[in-house]
Amino acid sequence: MKTTDNLNMSTEDLIREENLVYKKTECMTDAVLSFCPGCGHGVIHRLTMEVVEEMGIQSDTIGIASVGCSVLAYDFMNVDMTGAAHGRAPAVATGIKRCWPDKFVFTYQGDGDLAAIGTAETIHACNRGENITIIFVNNGIYGMTGGQMAPTTLEGMKSSTTPYGRDISLMGNPIKITELVSQLPGTYYVTRQAVHTPSAVRKAKKAIRTAFESQKLKKGLSLIEFVSNCNSGWKMTPVEANKWMEEHMFPFYPLGDIKVEGKLIK
Amino acid sequence: MAKVRGAIVVDVERCKGCEICIDSCPTSVIRMSPTVNNKGYRYAYMENPENCTGCSNCAIVCPDGVITVYRKKIEVEI
Repeated sequence: MKTTDNLNMSTEDLIREENLVYKKTECMTDAVLSFCPGCGHGVIHRLTMEVVEEMGIQSDTIGIASVGCSVLAYDFMNVDMTGAAHGRAPAVATGIKRCWPDKFVFTYQGDGDLAAIGTAETIHACNRGENITIIFVNNGIYGMTGGQMAPTTLEGMKSSTTPYGRDISLMGNPIKITELVSQLPGTYYVTRQAVHTPSAVRKAKKAIRTAFESQKLKKGLSLIEFVSNCNSGWKMTPVEANKWMEEHMFPFYPLGDIKVEGKLIK
Repeated sequence: MAKVRGAIVVDVERCKGCEICIDSCPTSVIRMSPTVNNKGYRYAYMENPENCTGCSNCAIVCPDGVITVYRKKIEVEI
């Protein structure tokens, strides 16, 4: 029915169940996220759980939280979760997946966990081609412990242990773990995403969906790196941190798929 | 002709005032409140509700998932 009256519809009239287009997924718990304002972890948590909800696999999903800010995932994700010793999440995931090959198993790890203390577990799980999904959140520092330098800290980037910027001659080079594991034959889908803008979020969700779908195929490991911010650690406002991330992190950690269906595309 | 009207509802007590939704809004609907919630954060609200198209951009970038989006297509005669 055509009418001109409806155009003046008040906001209160719009807020009705039949007009609902987006709300927080039921696969997230009602606990208030304890992350800092603007932290990318919240979006990545929610996207993962949205994919779980869309695929209808809430009761068949097992997550492994690592050490760092990511350890809190088991408070917020409404699926079966377990914790792992620092860096050992891919090893724990291997065990769980081998016991229950039909469950969807994912690890949720930060860069300090996955790229530093857990390098061996990560690389060997990738090389063995375990049918798990690794969600890797890279913010370039150790966020939870106070912003110390991590293996992924950029050259010249300031952190609490490198107040004058990372000096390559003294502290070595930052590591691109995603490119590294893409070279291994066991990985099936390897990509790098971000969650700072709406378009990036939509692409990131598709990547998580692809990763979970590829677990069904049992052809190898899928790893998604999220280049994320740590505005508390970087000492910036959330909006400034996202801008800084675009200007400094993305040139070194370029976004996009690196390996699709077992074939390198970059 | 159809016009799309949208509205957002912000869970005020969970909002941490990071302002990322303000940047993501294509129609400049969202502003930060002059007052604070119980945790001391300013929170997002609709300053220009008539411009909202219900695109959900703010809701999907919100790190805390506090935004619920409603949208309705309204038929109007020219």
